[in-house]
Amino acid sequence: MNHSTSARSEFFAGMRAIIPLVIGATPFGMLFGALAVSVGLSWWATMGLSLIVFAGSSQFVAAGLVGQGASVGIIVLTTFVVNLRHALYAASLGPYLRHLSHRWLAPLAFLLTDEAYAAVIHRFEQADESPNKHWFYFGGALLMYVNWQLWTVAGIVTGQRLKSVGDLGLEFAMVVTFIGIVVPLIRRWPMLVCALVAGAMALLLNGLPHQLGLILAALCGIVAGVLIENFLPHDSSNESSDQKQP
Amino acid sequence: MIRPTNHLIRNNPDMSALEQIALIVGMMSVTFGVRYSVLALSGRMRFSKRVEQALRFVPVAVLTALCTPILFKPEGTWLLSFDNSHLVAGVVAIVIAAVTRHLLLTITLGMALFLVLHLGLI
Repeated sequence: MNHSTSARSEFFAGMRAIIPLVIGATPFGMLFGALAVSVGLSWWATMGLSLIVFAGSSQFVAAGLVGQGASVGIIVLTTFVVNLRHALYAASLGPYLRHLSHRWLAPLAFLLTDEAYAAVIHRFEQADESPNKHWFYFGGALLMYVNWQLWTVAGIVTGQRLKSVGDLGLEFAMVVTFIGIVVPLIRRWPMLVCALVAGAMALLLNGLPHQLGLILAALCGIVAGVLIENFLPHDSSNESSDQKQP
Repeated sequence: MIRPTNHLIRNNPDMSALEQIALIVGMMSVTFGVRYSVLALSGRMRFSKRVEQALRFVPVAVLTALCTPILFKPEGTWLLSFDNSHLVAGVVAIVIAAVTRHLLLTITLGMALFLVLHLGLI
């Protein structure tokens, strides 16, 4: 690829690179807005979550937990766990951004999402010595952010209309979204065990106060996955270990 | 007919304005906290292999733990029956996701089946 490496062209190249992912995120922005309003969050808190927190799947999880009557502390703790995967992205991007001041790192960190990471990591891994690769990141991540806000608004408006229609089962839209995300991630035995243990423990611990069961179940799943991975002989070599969940 | 009970809207007094503000500030702190601290420090430090390994299980563990109670206990108690539209549509969605690995297809078909069952169309 023939990149011009001025800040401006990197910025717009970043925007172009993320467009498919932005389109893919669009229904989720709308779904989040509608779900959050339907479980009883105010329109401004719903907007605030998108504007100030800006973390797609934890926003969904938070809306779900609000609907289940979880306390603020538990929701924040759950958000922390859900967002731990961002630590992996940040750890992978960090070395490329070492030269930047905190004035740059703060907005870049704020805008870090699954989509932004997926769209920009390739640019950083390219060998050319462009001094403006962070503008590529900024452009892509910013477009993701703006688009997420627009569709949150659309979702809030839709959600308020749907409220009068009655229960349409919006929370199932969240469940089916997560199924679509999780199942393809289960390609090896340890991941399957992790899912089964987390799912079973979530059912067993379901009665704990404040939805504490979710965190505990997730931790059990993580521990189970790590143990299996470390004690099973490795066969990461082929696709034969692919698991299809029943 | 639309069934009146719903897993998520039962016994749920709305959050006060103060709680909603606390929710936003709290979630912002932990979200930005994780992203910023690791981004700023990762030029200088590295995760141990073990931590990195554990982090890879986080999405599957959390999202599965979130979904199973809604599938198996949609009204708060066990409901292992074909009347449980959450479970039926959920299992079908899992199969679709496993076979096609296509996110939007999974959501569209899963949600369509759910609405048909949930609204009592069949």
